[in-house]
Amino acid sequence: MGESVILGIKDLYKSFGGVAAINGLTLDVLEREVHAVIGPNGAGKTTLVSQLTGVVLPDAGQVVFRGRDITRMPAYRRPHLGMARSFQITSIIHDMTVLENVVLAVQAKAGHSYRFWESAIVDDQLTEPAIRALTQVGLEAEAMQIAGPLSHGEHRQLELAMVLATDPELVFLDEPTAGMGREDSTRMVSMLESLKGSCTIILVEHDMDAVFALADRITVMVEGRAIATGTPDVIRADRLVREAYLGEDMNTAVK
Amino acid sequence: MKSLTLRGWVTLVVLVALALLPVFVNMTGREFYLVLATRLVILAIAAVSLNLILGYGRMISFGHAAYLGIGAYAVGIPAYYEIYNGFIHIGIAVVVSAAFAFLTGLVCLRTRGVNFIMITMAFSMMVFFAFVSIEEYGGDDGLVIEVRSEFGRWVNLENDTVLYYVCFVSLLGILYLIRRIVHSRFGMVIQGARGNEDRMQSLGFDTFRYRLVCYVIAGALCGYAGALLGNFTSFISPEMMDWTRSGELIFMVVLGGTSSLFGPVLGAGLFILLEEILSGFWLYWQLIFGIFLILVVLFAKGGIDSWLGRRPER
Repeated sequence: MGESVILGIKDLYKSFGGVAAINGLTLDVLEREVHAVIGPNGAGKTTLVSQLTGVVLPDAGQVVFRGRDITRMPAYRRPHLGMARSFQITSIIHDMTVLENVVLAVQAKAGHSYRFWESAIVDDQLTEPAIRALTQVGLEAEAMQIAGPLSHGEHRQLELAMVLATDPELVFLDEPTAGMGREDSTRMVSMLESLKGSCTIILVEHDMDAVFALADRITVMVEGRAIATGTPDVIRADRLVREAYLGEDMNTAVK
Repeated sequence: MKSLTLRGWVTLVVLVALALLPVFVNMTGREFYLVLATRLVILAIAAVSLNLILGYGRMISFGHAAYLGIGAYAVGIPAYYEIYNGFIHIGIAVVVSAAFAFLTGLVCLRTRGVNFIMITMAFSMMVFFAFVSIEEYGGDDGLVIEVRSEFGRWVNLENDTVLYYVCFVSLLGILYLIRRIVHSRFGMVIQGARGNEDRMQSLGFDTFRYRLVCYVIAGALCGYAGALLGNFTSFISPEMMDWTRSGELIFMVVLGGTSSLFGPVLGAGLFILLEEILSGFWLYWQLIFGIFLILVVLFAKGGIDSWLGRRPER
């Protein structure tokens, strides 16, 4: 793990109708670490991801990616810096095939798409990386199926494949195991484990088993603020964290 | 050759029938069918161009007839000044249509859903009233085009059969063009944005700009159809870009099937034929037509195309 900061978040503030969702959040994410963000419902975790990916712009504060201020950069430009995200609620293109979904992800990074003549789906430059990403998540057998009717677990895998296909340097994963059964969830965690060290991952997750298995560092968010950041051991031991959030959860997670 | 599906057969039969129609007319002397078929083919081009944005991009434009009007006036106004060069006519039709699509698209494409429908309609009505108010070009009464576009010695549009074949070949060319576009990288982005725009943006696509380009292409193609229409009717008036005309184009697309390449051609064909047959029966034929329209929307999701069997996986 490198010690340089890939993403610096300073005094971030965002309110919706007078209610502060993010309330002066400051946080540094280091190169190639898995940085988990945990906290109770309503702590502002998804709002944070939305702001870091440019879907929602903050009211105040600063987001710096490798020394470059990206606070107000539009969402569609951030992937070109090497940022990618997965959504808490599966976000895929339902009426396209699995392969086409991933091809689009590859295409997004392969220069502009103002090409009107050659067929995209038979273009090796697009399909080869797409198949590789699908193989990585174990979904290559379903490549030619329409994405919509697949199972929830397969949707989550596809979602991850679309992230991987862009060959990202910084990945936001918003609850990758959301709604998954034990078995799928375990498979997802081991899949993410294999990614460790190849890119920086910011992981928002409710499943404490997943968080403590994957994270190099953990930030605990409560009411829009980071109340603690540290290694899993430090977070386990933190009295403030136990009181504010972990409580009973903690005991089961530590086992 | 692969064995043809029902869909393939229908496409083939319709195209062959359209290709051979002038021969039939020549043998029987029923000029009327040539007139009907020319109108059908021109409106099919307009419907196919509308389908590029409506079907593949889910941009439901209620102002597409404006481009038919712009294209027609691009023939009529130069002809008024005794400029008959067809290349100039087509050039003006395509460039002005593209420019109009670009400028209005900048505004329209920032909206979605019903707002998009309303604002595209509003822009088309602006064009409508602009032409109504220009007395020089006939205003409400329209403009008579005495001489058809001239394309040199080899293509004489004054001959109705030649005009028909120019329209027919144009339809084939535009169908092929749209087929290529739809399967290209660009087409993938347009269809991706139809399915899930947020996701496309988070992948790194500036969907607004891709949509705008698509909107401009569709407008330019329909402007081209308008230039053909101007030559065909020999009389043009603002009425041809009335919002009800835009509605008819939408109906043709929906009737034929929105997510298929050839569907709008079938839709335009059935529309023209029904209009012709029903209006011969009864003065109030539009009543029957309206009921039919409602039934199609209720029960034929996917239009005629969906009756031709399930779509094979792409």
